[in-house]
Amino acid sequence: MLMKGNEAVVRGAIAAQCRAFFGYPITPQNEIPEYMSRYMPEAGGVFLQAESEVAAINMVYGAASAGIRAMTSSSSPGISLKMEGISYIAGAQLPCVVANVQRGGPGLGNIAPAQADYFQAVKGGGHGDYRMLTVAPWSVQEMFEHAILAFDLADRYRNPAMILSDAIVGQMLEPIEIPEKVEVDIPPKPWATTGAKGRGRNYVTSLYIVPEDLERINLQIQAKYAEASRRDVRFQEFELEDADIVLVAYGCVARICRTTMNMARKKGLRVGLFRPITVFPFPSERLAALALEGKRFLVVELSAGQMVEDVRLAINGSAQVDFYGRLGGVVPSPVEILDQIEQTLMRPFLPGYVQGGVSPRINGRNTLGAAASATELEAEEADATGV
Amino acid sequence: MQQVFSRPKALTDVAMAYCPGCTHGIAHRLVAEVIDELGVMDRTVGVCPVGCSVFLYEYFECDSIEAAHGRAPAVATGVKRCLPDRVVFTYQGDGDLAAIGTAEIVHAATRGENITVIFINNATYGMTGGQMAPTTMLGQESTTTPGGRDKARAGYPFKVCELLSPLEGVAYAARVALTSPPNVAKAKRAIKTAFQAQLDGKGLSLVEILSTCPTQWGMAPLDAMKHVDSVMVPYYPLGEFKSDA
Repeated sequence: MLMKGNEAVVRGAIAAQCRAFFGYPITPQNEIPEYMSRYMPEAGGVFLQAESEVAAINMVYGAASAGIRAMTSSSSPGISLKMEGISYIAGAQLPCVVANVQRGGPGLGNIAPAQADYFQAVKGGGHGDYRMLTVAPWSVQEMFEHAILAFDLADRYRNPAMILSDAIVGQMLEPIEIPEKVEVDIPPKPWATTGAKGRGRNYVTSLYIVPEDLERINLQIQAKYAEASRRDVRFQEFELEDADIVLVAYGCVARICRTTMNMARKKGLRVGLFRPITVFPFPSERLAALALEGKRFLVVELSAGQMVEDVRLAINGSAQVDFYGRLGGVVPSPVEILDQIEQTLMRPFLPGYVQGGVSPRINGRNTLGAAASATELEAEEADATGV
Repeated sequence: MQQVFSRPKALTDVAMAYCPGCTHGIAHRLVAEVIDELGVMDRTVGVCPVGCSVFLYEYFECDSIEAAHGRAPAVATGVKRCLPDRVVFTYQGDGDLAAIGTAEIVHAATRGENITVIFINNATYGMTGGQMAPTTMLGQESTTTPGGRDKARAGYPFKVCELLSPLEGVAYAARVALTSPPNVAKAKRAIKTAFQAQLDGKGLSLVEILSTCPTQWGMAPLDAMKHVDSVMVPYYPLGEFKSDA
C-alpha cells in the first residue's frame, strides 16, 4: 500500500489504541488532524480541532489524566506553543504523544523540511528539568511503527514522548505494510482521575510547594530517564565494520546519507552510517565505543549543528567529529554530502580534534557560498589573531 | 443530640490556606454541598486553576487535576470528551479565566462543552500580590495601577457573563454574590442549576461569583463585603443572564 507519512502516523496511533486526538492546522502536518478526524471517530475515539496549539496540548493533558492514550501533532512554531503544556505533562508524570513534523525556522520560517527543533525535542524545550522520550522515524513505515513505540515509551515511563519527523518524512509517499493485528499492552493506570468511585481521590498535579518534595519528584523523573537510557536506546548501523568515516544522521537525512554511503563505497571510500532511532535517550555508549575503534565521524543535519553536540558529548574528545549542516529548509543532495566526506578525508586525522568548534561549518560551494565563506574566513582570521 | 450542621462530604478535613474574610471558603463549601446533594462525588473531576485556589485539590474529596494558568477549560474538555458520564467542573479566578485563559473559556463555551465553570471574580490577582486583574474596577488601587485603574491606560473592567451568555453553546450563566445569607442561598441555587445543566447534557454552565479579597483590597472583611455590594454589584449586576437549564 502506498501512503503518506502523515497518514501512517495516524494509522499507527490508532493501532496503538490512541483514543483521543486534539489538533490545530499548520503545514506540513495538516494531514494528521485531517485523517484523525475521519479515522478516530471510526475507532470510537475523540477527535477535536482545538482553538490553538496551546488548547490542544491542554486537552491532551486532560485526556491523559483520564487514563486515555492521547495525542496531538503540529509543526515547529506550533510545537513551541505546546511547550508549556508539555512541561506540565512531564511534571505531572502523564503519558502522551506529540508528533512534530518539523519545518524551517526560526520564527515563521517556511514549510520546507528542517531538523532545527532537535534541541527543543531532546533537551527539554519547556521550563524545568524534564526530557521528552524522542523517536526519529526515517520512513513512512516507521511513522506507523514509531507511533506505537512512542505510546509504549510514554506509558512505560509516564512521560511525554515525541515523534520527531520533518516535512519530507511527513509528506512523502512510500509503500507501507500495515500488520493485520497490533498487540498493544497498555499498563494499568490506577493514578488516573476518572472519578473516585470505590477508592480514595486521585489528583494530577505538578505543584510541589515544599522544595524537598519537588526535589524528590525531580529525582523520580531523572531516574526514569536513566532507566530509559539503559533499556530503550535504539539505533541502526550500516557498513560500520571496516568504515574509516562514519556518517551520523537521523530522520530523512539518514536516508540521503545511505545513498551517499553507497556512492562512496563504489568509489572505494570506506564509509559507514550510524542512525540514532531514539534521539532521547541518545545512543551515546555505542558512539563512544565506535570512537575508541579509531573511526572519525561526520554528522549531517538540517540544522546549524544540534545533534552534533550530543555526538561530541558521547565521544568526549576521543575521536574527530566533523559537521555538515544545511539550514532554512535546504536539503543537501547525496553528491553534496559525498563532497563533504572527501573534503573531510583530505584534512589530517587528529584523534581528539573537534572540527568546527562551537560554530557550524557550512558548505561553501552552493547558494549559501559567498556569505558562508566570508563568515568562515572572518572566524579563521579571528582564531589566528586570537581575537 | 441531633447534628444539624457539618462539613460537606465532598470537602476534605484540612484547614484551608485562605486569608481571613476571603470568600473562597464559602464558594468551596457551596460547590461541595451541591456535589453532595446531587450524589455525584464519586464521578466528579475538578479542574483547578492557578491563583489562590491552586490547592483546590487538597480541599475536595473528588478527583482533581491541576491545570496550567488559564487552561482549565481545555483540560476539562479533554476529560469530559473522553469520559462523558463524569461530572467535570473548573474553578477559576479572574486572572485565570478572563485574562490568560480567554481563548480557552470562549471556545469551550462556543463548542458547548458540557462542563460547569465556577468563576471567582474578586477584581484582583490575589496570590501574586494584588496586581490589576481584567475585572479590576475603574479607579481601584492595585500594585500595577498606582493611583487607581485608569481607563485611558488600562481599559475597562471585563464583564464575563455579558460576554459569554449570548454564545449558543452556553446553557446557563449567572452572576451571584456572597455578601448576605439570602445572596449565599441564591449562589447555591445557581451552582446547583449549573451542575444540573451539565447532568442534563445542555452545554456549558457558568456561575460568576463576586468575591472579596480583604488582604489585597486593604479592607476589613466586613468592609470588603460592603465594597462588593456598593461598588462591584452596580457594575457587575447580579442575576441569571442565560437559562436553558
